[in-house]
Amino acid sequence: MSIKRSLITIKGIKDGLVFRLDEQCDFDELLAELQDMLENSHQAILSGPLVAIDVQFGRRQLADEQKLQILDILRTKRNLLVRSIEGFKSVEVRETAALRTPVTTISGMVRSGQVLRHDGNLLFLGDVNPGGSIVCTGDIYILGALRGMAHAGSEGSEHAIVGASYLAPTQLRIAEVISRPPDSGEEESSHPHETQMEFAYLLDGQMQIDKMANIARLRRDLNVFKGV
Amino acid sequence: MGEAIVVTSGKGGVGKTTTTANIGTALALLGKKVCLVDTDIGLRNLDVVMGLENRIIYDICDVADGRCRLHQALVKDKRFEELYMLPAAQTKDKNAVSPEQIRDIILELKNEFQYVLIDCPAGIEQGFKNAIAGADQAIVVTTPENAAVRDADRVIGLLESSHIGSPKLIVNRIRPNMVRAGEMLDVDEVLQVLNIDLLGIVPDDEMVIKAANTGEPTVMNPDSKASIAYRNIARRIQGDTVPLMQLDEKKGRFNLFKKIFGVGR
Repeated sequence: MSIKRSLITIKGIKDGLVFRLDEQCDFDELLAELQDMLENSHQAILSGPLVAIDVQFGRRQLADEQKLQILDILRTKRNLLVRSIEGFKSVEVRETAALRTPVTTISGMVRSGQVLRHDGNLLFLGDVNPGGSIVCTGDIYILGALRGMAHAGSEGSEHAIVGASYLAPTQLRIAEVISRPPDSGEEESSHPHETQMEFAYLLDGQMQIDKMANIARLRRDLNVFKGV
Repeated sequence: MGEAIVVTSGKGGVGKTTTTANIGTALALLGKKVCLVDTDIGLRNLDVVMGLENRIIYDICDVADGRCRLHQALVKDKRFEELYMLPAAQTKDKNAVSPEQIRDIILELKNEFQYVLIDCPAGIEQGFKNAIAGADQAIVVTTPENAAVRDADRVIGLLESSHIGSPKLIVNRIRPNMVRAGEMLDVDEVLQVLNIDLLGIVPDDEMVIKAANTGEPTVMNPDSKASIAYRNIARRIQGDTVPLMQLDEKKGRFNLFKKIFGVGR
């Protein structure tokens, strides 16, 4: 056999196996390799007790009959139980791509009457004062105090978030949703050091605030550090 | 070549004119050659605070339009030989002069005076643009109120994007007992938002009002706290290092010059 990159990767998960199919190669080649794996190279590990299989074909566009062809091959092994067969939905692909766009870093200070506009995700190093605003089509992360207005996802992205070291905005906007802090609680401004880093996001069209540590629970598409 | 410093605030009534008059007089007290320029055309009052209203013959518009020479328009102070004032016109409006004309006048004054202090009108329109045109540095005056701080922030933003760059801050009319009771913003809170260098703090003092009405700048009276504050500011402008005034009244006079951030907080 030639030394080429395997077209199919098999990965063990808690309760079964994931078959990851190459996205680019010829479909027939893929089928041939799958067949070969089951009957020869991986024959040993793929026989035995009943095991659940998830098939992922990524960005490849598959017709229903092509999916059936894959299933037919897998069914030749009686102990393999195909649980799912799926790729990325095209919308998902686009959104993930948009969210993964790099973060632009800008430093300075947004004072009253000033507007910082940015296309994409923004990391702002500095303060946003009352009367000043940051308007961004993607996410806004502020290393500093947000005392003015921040509008994330200004072109309608409801997945956008606003995070700040000190989150005390006059107003927050995400996509079409506008929210302001409650009128009570004037105490805040005196002890900014005691507050923790927070972020705002939309949940069913409602603005929510949570501490930054919980951001990973919300956004599965961010690169999440899971420990070693 | 002297230094031109514009005194501005955005909001009206925070004490720009009083500050200009007092710092100018304090600098003259230190033996400097100083000229005060009123750019609040149509609403002039630096002349009133200085008590020089009845000596005005020509004004800044006359100079700008060539109706008189610069020297003819300068009004000499009653108290100091080397303190002068260039008054604004009262009968015209801000559009009567252009930033270029003011810049030329200030440039001429800088040749002769060590300090040229420019009193800026409230607002951020034509009058503001005129006032900052010839300045090398700026002083922003604010009071410890949210509205004044907001406007100061706006003006700082405009100054930072102009040729002048980052201005210095004076926090005016502080009432120590209200600050202590938490009813007034303290200097730290103001600084936290505005984030520029502090030039000085001035306590609220009835003497200032009395002095302004008699046309005698407070700074002439060494017993007033505000007077000491203005003298300190003048020394800092001159380049001296002077600790911030201790505003807490319970402390004795000896502690007046202790740093506000230092002890007992």
